[in-house]
Amino acid sequence: MKYIKYLIIGILFGIVMTKSEAISWYRIQEMFRFQAFHMYGIIGSALAVGVLMIQLIKRRKLKNIEGEPIQFNNKQFSIWRYLLGGSIFGLGWALTGACPGPMYTLLGNGFTVFIVVIASALLGTLVYGLIRDQLPH
Amino acid sequence: MIEFLSQPWAWYVSGPLIALVMFLLLWAGGEFGVSATLRSMCAIGGAGRKVKFFDFNWKNQVWNLVFVAGAVIGGFIADQFLSNPTALALSQKTIADLSTLGVNFEGGLAPMEIFNWSNLFTVKGFLIMIVGGFCIGFGTRWAGGCTSGHAISGLSNLQIASLIAVIGFFIGGLFMTHVLFPFIF
Repeated sequence: MKYIKYLIIGILFGIVMTKSEAISWYRIQEMFRFQAFHMYGIIGSALAVGVLMIQLIKRRKLKNIEGEPIQFNNKQFSIWRYLLGGSIFGLGWALTGACPGPMYTLLGNGFTVFIVVIASALLGTLVYGLIRDQLPH
Repeated sequence: MIEFLSQPWAWYVSGPLIALVMFLLLWAGGEFGVSATLRSMCAIGGAGRKVKFFDFNWKNQVWNLVFVAGAVIGGFIADQFLSNPTALALSQKTIADLSTLGVNFEGGLAPMEIFNWSNLFTVKGFLIMIVGGFCIGFGTRWAGGCTSGHAISGLSNLQIASLIAVIGFFIGGLFMTHVLFPFIF
């Protein structure tokens, strides 16, 4: 039962991602070609509201449903892992028109072949785990 | 009501709703970061026995897998009950650019002529779906997050690391779109 809330939040997420067309390969192309404001509007307004929400959580010291204070893990600063890893992800984002969230949501939208994209992403994650000691972080 | 919801949702409705999803996940005791589910699935599959990176207690991450299961169901609900009969309002310039690359704008969310099973066995389909998927899994884990973890959660928390990651996302995406696409398509 404790998981049902996550299922409902996930359903909301899947509907929002579909109806906003953020899962659209065409929209991602439009974004990377700077030919419409749509995707920038989505990310920008999510961020504007997100910054306010996190400030509110921190200042009011809000607690989660379990009664524990909501904590944020600060990301450890470095350049290479974010720049290089991020760029490789960017290549995949433009190719498939999907980041991890949309990969799942597209499956529900009937693009069943995305199960293969997810399987490839699992393989990519696995290979990263195998060679991560050789990579700059 | 259904008719109202079936229209495409404007960016200024969708963006704040994505922030709400992040807030609800924090409130529920989780956090917003989808690519972490890929690592969990590797761990569930037993990769932790051989590779230390996957040797962690994945049971603490089950909530995130339930969340992405919801994301699949949400996509299904939106497609079955809230679908919009008219074509996506894509920029004419994008339509023209894609048609130069030989990709027809079909009006749906993604080109069916690319994202179908038989296309997996062509060089182009292999590059787009298999290599593309691999880059998503490899790159997000190396960068420690994807669009949700860095671009939304990390930037909302004013993390410089996330800003560098998002710059990386765009370096890769722009290079692929403007330099490599003509060779692939």
